[in-house]
Amino acid sequence: MNGDISILIGGPAGSGVFRSGQIISKTLFRHGYHVVTNNEYPSIIRGGHQWVIVRASEEEIFSHRNYADIILALDKLTINKHRERLRENGLIVCDEGDAKIIEGEKCVSLPLKKIVSMYGAPSVAVNVVGIGAVFGLLDANIDILLRVIEESFRGKEKIAEINKSLAREGYEHVKREYGSLEDIPKVSTLKPLENKILINGNEATALGAVSGGLTFFAAYPMTPASPILHFLAEIQKELGIVVVQPESELAAINMVIGAAYTGARSMTATSGGGFSLMVEALGQAAMTEVPVVIVEAMRTGPSTGLPTYTSQSDLRFVMHASQGEFVRAVLAPGDPYEAFVLTHEAMNIAWRYHIPVIVLTDKYLAESYWTVDSFPELEPQEYKIIRGEYRNGEYKRYVITDDGVSPMAVPGTKGALIVANSSEHNEHGFGSTDPEVVTSMVDKRFRKLENLTREAEEKGVKVYGEGRVIVITWGSTKNAVLEATKNFWGVKVVQVLWLEPFPVNNVANALEGAERVLVIENNKTGQLVSLLKEKLLLEPDGFLGKYDGRPFLPEEIEEWITGFMEG
Amino acid sequence: MVDVRKFDTGRMPVWCPGCGNFGILMAVRKALAELELEPENVVLVTGIGCHGRMSEYVKVNTFHTIHGRVLPLATGIKLANPDLTVIGHSGDGDAYAIGMGHLPHAARRNIDITLIVHNNMIFGLTTGQATPTTPYGRKTRSTPYGNPEHPLNPLHLALASGATFVARGFSADVEHLKELIKKAIRHRGFAFVDVIQPCVTFFNTYKFFRERVYKLEDTDHDPSDFRAALDLVTRNEEKIPIGVIYQTERPVFELQFQHAMNPPPARRLSAIRDLSKILARFR
Repeated sequence: MNGDISILIGGPAGSGVFRSGQIISKTLFRHGYHVVTNNEYPSIIRGGHQWVIVRASEEEIFSHRNYADIILALDKLTINKHRERLRENGLIVCDEGDAKIIEGEKCVSLPLKKIVSMYGAPSVAVNVVGIGAVFGLLDANIDILLRVIEESFRGKEKIAEINKSLAREGYEHVKREYGSLEDIPKVSTLKPLENKILINGNEATALGAVSGGLTFFAAYPMTPASPILHFLAEIQKELGIVVVQPESELAAINMVIGAAYTGARSMTATSGGGFSLMVEALGQAAMTEVPVVIVEAMRTGPSTGLPTYTSQSDLRFVMHASQGEFVRAVLAPGDPYEAFVLTHEAMNIAWRYHIPVIVLTDKYLAESYWTVDSFPELEPQEYKIIRGEYRNGEYKRYVITDDGVSPMAVPGTKGALIVANSSEHNEHGFGSTDPEVVTSMVDKRFRKLENLTREAEEKGVKVYGEGRVIVITWGSTKNAVLEATKNFWGVKVVQVLWLEPFPVNNVANALEGAERVLVIENNKTGQLVSLLKEKLLLEPDGFLGKYDGRPFLPEEIEEWITGFMEG
Repeated sequence: MVDVRKFDTGRMPVWCPGCGNFGILMAVRKALAELELEPENVVLVTGIGCHGRMSEYVKVNTFHTIHGRVLPLATGIKLANPDLTVIGHSGDGDAYAIGMGHLPHAARRNIDITLIVHNNMIFGLTTGQATPTTPYGRKTRSTPYGNPEHPLNPLHLALASGATFVARGFSADVEHLKELIKKAIRHRGFAFVDVIQPCVTFFNTYKFFRERVYKLEDTDHDPSDFRAALDLVTRNEEKIPIGVIYQTERPVFELQFQHAMNPPPARRLSAIRDLSKILARFR
C-alpha cells in the first residue's frame, strides 16, 4: 500500500471508539508515520454510531481520505455503514458474531467478546482486542503498541495490564489464524520522526495561549471547544493558571474581561452559540480597551444546529458581531501548528493593541489529530502596559495617542486610578456625549488599525506551490485542499490566516497572474468569496462550498478542480 | 477625623435632587475612608442604571460595565488579583432582572467581594418600568393596569444560595448604611447588601419606608443563626428590618487557586514558558 494506510474504527457511543482512535494514531506515529485523523459522532453519550478514521503515511499528508484499508467494527452497524469505503484488498476486523454479514475473504473474524470475558474484563474492552488484531495484521511492533496502551491508562496500572494482555491476545490471534494473508498492508518501524508531535487543534490552541502568557481562563462547556477547558483544567496546577467554569458564557467573557482589566492575560473558548451570548461583552472589551482573546470553534449552525459537526459558517458573524464599529482581529488557523502560533499571536495582539482578538477554529480542526512540527518557544509581548508605579502626572486611561494605544495601567498601580467605561467617555474614562470627544475617541481607537493592518499583511497569507490556477481557502479546509492539489501540476494554493483586518495587498499579490481563481470553504454562501468581492473587487471563477457538517474530502476537491483544469 | 474627600472625584452627581443614590454614595465614601483603604487598591464595578454613575463619583479604580454583568466582572477582577478590595454596585434591574443568573453563583462560590444593590423597585434611568422587586399591583409605565407579577425576595434568595453575609440597608440612614458597608467589605467572602432606596421621580417610597424600618441591632436577632435569618426575611410583617441578617464563615473561592497565586495572575510578568514537559506527552 505504498506506506499509506487508513484504518477506520466504528461503534456505538461509549464503546471506546475515540480512545481506540488515539491508541491507533499514537502507535502508528511512534512507528515513524505521519498521521492524520478525523472523527464523526452524534451528540449522545451511549448508543448511536461514531467513528474515527486514522490515516498514516511514510510521507507528509494533510488529510484523511474517504477510503479505508482496515475497518475495525465494534458492531454490525459499522460494517453496514462503512463497508463501501473499503479499498481493494481491504479487511473488516470484527467479532465472530458480526462476521456472518460479510463475505468471507474481506473478513477477519475474531472471538473478541470471548477473549474479553475470558479475562473477566468489562465488555467495553473488545476494542483493545480489536486494536491488537489490527496491528497483528499490519505486522506492527507490538512493544510500541503495548507502550502506548500503558500510557493511555496512566495512573490505572491494573487496567493498563489487563488491556495490554487483551491487545496481545488479539495480536497473536490474527498472527496465528491469518498470518499467511499476503495482500494486507504492513507497517514497518521507520526512522522516528524528528521533532514532530501528534496533537489536535484544541490542545494546540490551549498551548498557544499558555505560550502567550495565559494566566486566567474561564469557559462554559460547549462542543467542540470544551476540550480546551478540560486540557487547561488538567494542566492548571503545573502552570499556575486560574481555570474557572462559570455559570454561562455571559459570565465567562465578563470574568475574562475583569481579569484582563487587572493585567492578567486571559482567554475564553466557546462555539457559535456561546459566542452569540458573548457578543455584548465583545463590544464592551473594545469600548473599554481591555485585551481579551476569544476562541470560537465553529460547529454547524444556526441555533443548536449539528452540535458535534464541523463548519466554517461563522466567519462573517465574528467579523461583525456587536453593535457599533470597532477594531478587532480575527485569526483562523488551519492545522494544530498554526493554532499554536496564531493563538500565541492573538494573545500578543490583544496585549499590544488592547483590543479583542478572535481565534476562529472549527470542530474538524479542534478534534482531529495531525502530525506537525513541535512547537517553538515564542515570547509573550505587551505594549504600553503599566504595572507598579505611574510617574507621568495625572493618569488618563484613554489618553489620545498617535497610534491609538493608550497606556494601560492596572489596578494597584501607584499614582494611577483606572476608570474603565463601557459608555463612550473622555480621556479620563468619564462618560461623555460631547460630539468632539466622541469623534476623537472613535478616531483614537480606529488608529490602531494602521499598525494592525500592517501585521495582517505581513503574517496573514500563506502560499503553497506555483501555478496559474489558484485555489484560495482558509482554516482547516486547507488540509483537504493541499492533499487534493498534490496530484495537480500548475495549481497554487493560497491560505488566508488573518481574516480581519484582511491582508488585501498580499492576497492580491498572491493572486497575480491567475488564470482562474477558485474558492473552497466549508459553508453555503461563500463567506471568503464575499470578502474577495468586497476587498479586492474580485469575482472568483468558481466556488466549492460544503455544509453537511463534514469536512471536505480530497476526493471531492480533486474531482471539482479537474473540471477547471480541462477547461 | 478621616478624610472623605480622598474618595471624591469632585464630579457633580447628575441624579435627581433627593435621589437615594446620594445616601449610598456618602455611605460608601465614608466606609472606604474609615476603613483606611488606599484608592488604588480598591475597584468599584457598576452596572447600567442610575446607580451606574457611582463609578464617576467614587475616587477609586472603577469599571462601568454593561447591563447585568457586575458580578462576573468583579469575580474576574478578584480572582486575578485577590489583593484588591472589590465592590460591585448594581440596581434591582441590573442584579435581579437581567443579571440574576449570576447572583446565586457568586454567593455559592463565596468569592470575596461585596455587592451593594441599589434597590428602588423601579427602572429609573429608562423612565419608570417595573423591575423584579416592584410590588404586585403597582402601576408603572410598563404596567399601566398594575404590576401583574409578584416581587422577588432578594434576601431570601441570597440566603438560599449560600451567601455568607446578607444585610439590608436604607439609603436614608447613611450612618447605619456606612457601618453595614464597612462590615460587608471587612467580611471574608461574598457580602450581599440590599439597599432600600427611594426613587423620588418614579417611585417615592421615603414615607413608606421611614415608617416601617427598624434596626436589627436594637433587637435580639442573632446573625449567626441561619434559621432565624430565614425566618426574618420570610416573615410577613408590617415592619422592615435593616442591619446584618446573616453572617457566617466559609473558605473563600480564591483559596481554591493557590497554585496560581504566587504571584496572582494580574502581577505575573509574561516570560517564555518552558513547554517541553507538556509537549513530551504528544511525542
